[in-house]
Amino acid sequence: MMKGLKKWRFPAMLAALALVLSGCGEEYLSALRPSGEVGQEQFNLLILTSLIMLLVILVVVVIYVAALVKFRRSRLGEDHMPDDVEGSHKLEFIWTAIPILLLLIIAIPTVYYTYKLGDVSAMEKTDDDGNPEHLVVDVTAKLYWWEFEYPEYGIVTAQELVVPTGEKVFFNLKAADVKHSFWIPAIGGKMDTNVDNLNKFYLVFDKESKDLKDGVFYGKCAELCGPSHALMDFKVKTMNRDDFDGWVAAMKETEGQMPDKDSADAGEAAFAQSCIGCHATSGVGASGAAGPNMATFGDRNRVAGYLDHDKENIVNWIQDPQKYKPGNLMPAFDSLSDEDLDAIADYLLGLKVEE
Amino acid sequence: MDLNTKFTAKSWPDHPETATMEAKNKFVGFWLFLGGETILFATLFATYLALRNSVPSGNDFSTDTLFELPLVFVMTMLLLTSSLTSVYAMYHMKNYNFKAMQLWLAITGFLGLGFLGFEVYEFTHYIHLGFTYGNSAFSSAFYTLVGTHGLHVAIGLVWLSLLILRNARRGLNLYNATKYYTFSLYWHFIDVVWVFIFTVVYLMGVVG
Amino acid sequence: MTTAANTVAQKKGFGATLWDWLTTVDHKKIGILYLIGGGFFFVLGGIEALMIRLQLLVPNNDFVSAGFFNELITMHGTTMIFLAAMPLLFGFMNAIVPLQIGARDVAFPFINSLGFWMFFFGGLFLNLSWFIDAAPDAGWTSYASLSIASTGHGIDFYAIGLQIAGAGTLMAGINFLVTIINMRAPGMTYMRMPLFTWTTFVASALILFAFPPLTVGLFFLTFDRMFGGNFFHVDGGGNTIIWEHIFWIFGHPEVYILVLPSFGIFSEIFSIFSRKRLFGYSAMVFATVLIGFLGFMVWAHHMFTVGLGPTANAIFAVATMAIAVPTGVKIFNWLLTMWGGSIRITTPMLYALGFIPSFVMGGVTGVQQGAAPLDYQLHDSYFIVAHFHYVIVGGVVLAILAATHLYWPKMFGTMLSEKLGKVTFWFFFIGFHMTFFLQHFLGLMGMPRRVWTYNKDQGWDLFNAISSVGALLMAIGVIVLVINIIMTTAKNERVGNDPWEDGRTLEWAIPSPPPFYNFPQTPLVRGLDTFWIEKKEGNKRGYIAAEPISDIHMPNGSFIPFVMTLGLFIAGFGAMFRLEHSWGLPVLIGGLVLTFLAMATRSIKDDLGFYVTKDEIIRTEKEILRSERGSN
Repeated sequence: MMKGLKKWRFPAMLAALALVLSGCGEEYLSALRPSGEVGQEQFNLLILTSLIMLLVILVVVVIYVAALVKFRRSRLGEDHMPDDVEGSHKLEFIWTAIPILLLLIIAIPTVYYTYKLGDVSAMEKTDDDGNPEHLVVDVTAKLYWWEFEYPEYGIVTAQELVVPTGEKVFFNLKAADVKHSFWIPAIGGKMDTNVDNLNKFYLVFDKESKDLKDGVFYGKCAELCGPSHALMDFKVKTMNRDDFDGWVAAMKETEGQMPDKDSADAGEAAFAQSCIGCHATSGVGASGAAGPNMATFGDRNRVAGYLDHDKENIVNWIQDPQKYKPGNLMPAFDSLSDEDLDAIADYLLGLKVEE
Repeated sequence: MDLNTKFTAKSWPDHPETATMEAKNKFVGFWLFLGGETILFATLFATYLALRNSVPSGNDFSTDTLFELPLVFVMTMLLLTSSLTSVYAMYHMKNYNFKAMQLWLAITGFLGLGFLGFEVYEFTHYIHLGFTYGNSAFSSAFYTLVGTHGLHVAIGLVWLSLLILRNARRGLNLYNATKYYTFSLYWHFIDVVWVFIFTVVYLMGVVG
Repeated sequence: MTTAANTVAQKKGFGATLWDWLTTVDHKKIGILYLIGGGFFFVLGGIEALMIRLQLLVPNNDFVSAGFFNELITMHGTTMIFLAAMPLLFGFMNAIVPLQIGARDVAFPFINSLGFWMFFFGGLFLNLSWFIDAAPDAGWTSYASLSIASTGHGIDFYAIGLQIAGAGTLMAGINFLVTIINMRAPGMTYMRMPLFTWTTFVASALILFAFPPLTVGLFFLTFDRMFGGNFFHVDGGGNTIIWEHIFWIFGHPEVYILVLPSFGIFSEIFSIFSRKRLFGYSAMVFATVLIGFLGFMVWAHHMFTVGLGPTANAIFAVATMAIAVPTGVKIFNWLLTMWGGSIRITTPMLYALGFIPSFVMGGVTGVQQGAAPLDYQLHDSYFIVAHFHYVIVGGVVLAILAATHLYWPKMFGTMLSEKLGKVTFWFFFIGFHMTFFLQHFLGLMGMPRRVWTYNKDQGWDLFNAISSVGALLMAIGVIVLVINIIMTTAKNERVGNDPWEDGRTLEWAIPSPPPFYNFPQTPLVRGLDTFWIEKKEGNKRGYIAAEPISDIHMPNGSFIPFVMTLGLFIAGFGAMFRLEHSWGLPVLIGGLVLTFLAMATRSIKDDLGFYVTKDEIIRTEKEILRSERGSN
């Protein structure tokens, strides 16, 4: 009977549980609504383990309730003296053996996927022309912001990761100051960015983000990294390969783009005066900047990773960054005049590479 | 327990260190304590092995240029000999020969002091070379491992002096026999740790 | 308190009573001290928890600042683990284990007292950080890169405070081990020891092997922060992953140090209130030992996302799952203990019944996290917050509350109100599930742990609000318990030897509370549940004496433990402020000298204890009998 049950009921139960769980959370954020191969595999493992564990819970609850109902002293009488049973070797064997079998069912896919998800050998592969076969993104986590470098293309961006869909994207992960952890719940499980070494893993993005509520997936820092750990969000834009190639080309075109101190645009001039030391406006370059790259600021979805993307927040932020992200490394620019702040905000919102 | 009970070599029990309930407790407890100490040193060793080649760039201290085996060899000999002399002391304790025991323990103490002297010399020498505690991860791990051992030797010496002086006039009894015995256990333990330090830090550092 | 010694104590003035408690080496009194100390820190940790949940009640809340929030979560975790759960369990171990094995005292009464004072001063040191400078803010795990970067003295308080408290724990562990190895009454073989004694034994062995790594790790942290060390400074060649390994080599066994004694308490409860011997006793013992052993083999499952590589992850994943097997064995043996028994639902039993489903929940989510690839999603999310609270609250705290009701009469000679006890249970139990059940889903919905606040567009608002309300219910439960304790103490209705009427082990064969020498004659043990055997055979006294009444040797009280610890406490401040104040170094040295002087005094001054004469014993026993008749 067990066999018959397994044959057809198990997948059905799997599907039912998957349906219930997938009702949970937002599509752009929830691990229960995976939009990538890695996340899907992890979700399947979640469903498999949940079902087996529900089975265990069921068995425990049945014995528990039955014992409680049958053997209450109020039923048996105050004077009832139960037999002192020593134990039962047969039963001990059963509840040792069956859990081992159940755990084996979990252990096999666990080991399989551990190796599968840990396999980054393809990262180094090149095609006949010497070009890398897969996209590699170098991620640097810094005190409360994220830097994304695309070494193959010589471009760099911040706060918003842009990736193509439908292919493996490999990541080199590193922290610049204290340990952080790189997590895009809807796409797949996380990996730490250590201060000591480079970590490598891959993710697959299966869904284009433009149909999502904000047009992006949400990314999180998962490792406590100081006061603003909770605010260290980033966003992920996924697009098909053609759009992505277009984005890369547009990024490359920003080469040499520098704000001019003497520009007629007051915002550009003020930016060149006060901000350019830390914030580049050209997307061509490598990681290692003191502040987030601004080349795509106008395309972005949030100010400082989590505030609504409007002028007011930009101005507030520049005047007092510590108020919005305590512990971050940007000094306050409260000496700037309101006109300058306004102009800088306008200038920043105009920095775009997307149409 | 009566401290005034006078023993003779004949009435003295075969195992004075575990003759009373308190003594048995102390005996077992001390062994367990040494078990914990073993884990403590194991952690220090593991850290040292992980960090012994970790120096910032531009820093050229390394295990094969820094350590001098002859000095360390003399230290090893001193400590090994002191372990042997403490065995003699325990032999005399079991035979209720208090004076001989005190004498051998005193010799043990002097050998330990000699060891410690050399270690202090070694450390000051390194510091003169610029190999300070904060020089690198390697230096921190080195000083912490070897220094923790040195601290154990120093504590052992204070303990030993107190034992020798406190009991000099009243001789052996079943109360202090355990104290002497646990001291000798401790001393052997320190010796064994040193053998590992000699091998892992110095020999493997110079040769390996 | 009816014994002769305590009657004398009551006649003493306040100063003399205080002196008595400061110098006591009686395991029963030290047990009470642990309960008071642990209870105080439990309330403190609970207040911190309430503030955390209040901050997370609504999105974008600013009830507390981001930096203060991190101090709250750090202190909540550290306090609950080191200063509440462990000491409270130590309280019951101290009070009950020597009685269960028929001993008059522990093996090292002096060290037992030293262990308590070190815990207490360590905890005090840690919590003074709230008033001096800042509290630690790098999480209870204090991962090295963040704890090295943390400014102020918070982390210094953490490192030194835990160092002192941890040393005390190590001493307590060795003391329990030797007590159980050497002090068992005649006939009390290992396989006749009650389960609470067995689990205390295994947990103590875990303490012995798990705490030294913590000691070393904390020293590294101290040296790096205060003495120029380079263990975790990457520019100096250091490596922060070493801290993670060392911390979890300690940290994972720590979970079993807490949960095994809890298993022991529940084993006693299931057996007593099912009026039936524990089902599969030898399997239970074996499972306890196996869990303890495996507990050391799985630490890296806390580090699946650190990047140790697939081979390490796979090995630790499978090893982790293996622990589920002996744990499952335990669950089924408890169920089968109830099966065929005669179940009486008292407050302790109610907690035990609540424990089974709660702990099973915590266990199964543990297996899920053991599946490494799945853990990549679950790690450091609210899922894990839910999981470990199901284990620690559903396992350990329920056990502590159960033991409070179960052993209160044995420790204080009066019963806590059953009615209020059940009220506490229901508030606490419902509040607990309300707080933590939905947190599993919050984690799966993408909420990382240790977040100070959250934006409202992420679908987490409702579950967080429910969770916060649940925390309030738990608090109400604890308040009712405090009221219960106060009312019970005020009423002070005395109870006899076996107030639950179905006691099975030796502690229920002697008066509540026992006289300071516990057993006028050492008992002879004839089997598992020895008191039950004697009761069934109609032996009114409850145990057979293994010796005639004769003089009893007891240890002297001592003030040295207090002084030794005070020295370390003072030295801690010196070490911390050494670099910025000129008084730092002298205070550091002065404190250490005080400690060493106290140690030397201990070493030089003979402490041979004293004898309780036969006449005094007979007199005391008569007095106990008389007062029991009077109160009944």
